[in-house]
Amino acid sequence: MIDTPTTSEGSVTALATEFPPAATTTGPSARTRANRRRTVLAGARLGIVVVLLVAWQLSVDAKVVDPFFWGEPKGVWADLVDWFTVGTSQGSLGAQILVTLEEAVLGFIIGSILGVVCGIALGRVRLLSELFAPFLKAANSIPRIILGSIFTVAFGFGIQSKVILAVVLVFFGVFFNAFQGAREVDRNLIANARLLGASRWQVTRDVVLPSAFTWILASLHISFGFALIGALVGEILGANQGLGLLIRSSQNNFDMNGVLAGMVLVAVIALTAEALITLLERRLLRWRPPQTHGGAAVE
Amino acid sequence: MVSTRPTAGGGPVTPSSASLPAWLSRLHKTTGNAAIGTNDHKHSGAARPAPTVTPLNEEKGRGHMPAIELRNVTKKFATADGGTYTAIEDLSLTVEDGQFCAVVGPTGCGKSTTLTLISGLERPSRGEAFVHGEPVRGIDTSTGFVFQQDAVFPWRSVLDNVAAGPVYRGASRSEAAALARDWLRRVGLSGFEDRYPHQLSGGMRKRVALAQSLINQPRVLLMDEPFSALDVQTRAIMSTELLHLWDQTKPAVVFVTHDLEEAIALADKVVVITAGPGTVKAEFEIDLPRPRVVQEIRFDPRFTRLYEQIWEALRAEVAEAYDRTTRVAEVAS
Repeated sequence: MIDTPTTSEGSVTALATEFPPAATTTGPSARTRANRRRTVLAGARLGIVVVLLVAWQLSVDAKVVDPFFWGEPKGVWADLVDWFTVGTSQGSLGAQILVTLEEAVLGFIIGSILGVVCGIALGRVRLLSELFAPFLKAANSIPRIILGSIFTVAFGFGIQSKVILAVVLVFFGVFFNAFQGAREVDRNLIANARLLGASRWQVTRDVVLPSAFTWILASLHISFGFALIGALVGEILGANQGLGLLIRSSQNNFDMNGVLAGMVLVAVIALTAEALITLLERRLLRWRPPQTHGGAAVE
Repeated sequence: MVSTRPTAGGGPVTPSSASLPAWLSRLHKTTGNAAIGTNDHKHSGAARPAPTVTPLNEEKGRGHMPAIELRNVTKKFATADGGTYTAIEDLSLTVEDGQFCAVVGPTGCGKSTTLTLISGLERPSRGEAFVHGEPVRGIDTSTGFVFQQDAVFPWRSVLDNVAAGPVYRGASRSEAAALARDWLRRVGLSGFEDRYPHQLSGGMRKRVALAQSLINQPRVLLMDEPFSALDVQTRAIMSTELLHLWDQTKPAVVFVTHDLEEAIALADKVVVITAGPGTVKAEFEIDLPRPRVVQEIRFDPRFTRLYEQIWEALRAEVAEAYDRTTRVAEVAS
């Protein structure tokens, strides 16, 4: 969240990073102070949310904002409660979330793996990059979301067309980062590995891949967002199930509260995924010095 | 969530704005151009100091095989503006088995390039490099290399770093780990096996690099200003330890440095390289007794005498190199 461009779901936590982490001076008093500071911060953030929601609701009640177009917090909440307790028009809410999640996660995993493999391969083999570079560059400049229409027609209303759209969206982000990462590997490290007896494949596996991983992981943060977008857009374009369809049918019924409730659910999913990716990152980049690594973006 | 940039410079590429600079920019990969004939030692003339110059360059009888031999090598690099840059020109150098050879010269004289030619990381544009009589055709894994900058793998623990060589050479993980532990003990890093390089001091990282290289028992050890990033005290200590380690396996060493004191303290032979394009200006036999303690050897009167002699040869080159940089600065301003 600090240096990756924030996607729609990022704005809330981005706020947190504006404040430098509390200075870690020694002694228990410093620690309690830091704890207190964190509590106050969390309270302040909650306050901001409450103020915004209340202001929204009050403007609706005062007839300044028309809830027909913009919805209202009470209505959104009512829809959420209704979906959770009674279920949606398409079946239980859990099933809808699971379908969308499945599409996004599958698309994310397949797209990331393809991106990493292709990026590293093209970064390592000059001929490949010379051969395919223009195509990939051209493909990247296409607004790929449009492909969703084709996939829906070609692969049907099921999960397949959404997964493919998510893969296409995820692939390029990961690919370009992996490619760049493979190109930027310290030449000394490669020379050292070669002199120590590593084969070309071993250099790729033991030097290029771990070195490019800092780049790749940076792209994964954004990529899950893309996977979700792919899944949702795919569902909006045509599906039997899923959160996208829920949003779409709310729109068709002029139920803006339903659209917004769907958005809230998607945001929760995105934030959870983001937290998981951060955990993965911490684990995989253990070897890095802490100063480039710290910071409390999600607590 | 957190900053994931590996190095300073451009940020992670976002797909929509990816502008692929690397696609188009030619890798500044060097292409060995055909050499243009130059036929004499430009710098080797008048001021060649007399005293202990020994002609080590010629082969000593039949069947004798020096550990390292550079025979009239020239190395040109293609520059970004389409020209060529001659790093070293017609350089010949011989290092015997078990000999510690230090190469000194001003900055930019192609000292490091000689090492890349011996190791096979680069091919000479003209002339040939030999290791144990065999022409160097590619990366030679019987050669150990210690780099100027850190080249240990930051994502591997100390133990895994040192064990890398044996694993690449086909040893089992457990054999390699046992061997690595032994070498970590020798370089004084027992107990640090599980640390990552960033958790170590600069001197300790150098020890890891040394162990990583020496564990493969190289017959030829190339060192490119290995201690230049260390503070003065650590440097002296590391130098003494290097001599101690070298004494255990006695590889032929080429040690590149710009520090003449370090060169004399360590080496059997000091080779002075001219300001670029580099070629051998003079060679000096260092007859100081071993074992040496680098921290104290400079008090030896013979050390001072040698220093004076070699400095005499080096001074003009350093001045020349310095002149060039200031001239460039004047032109630029």
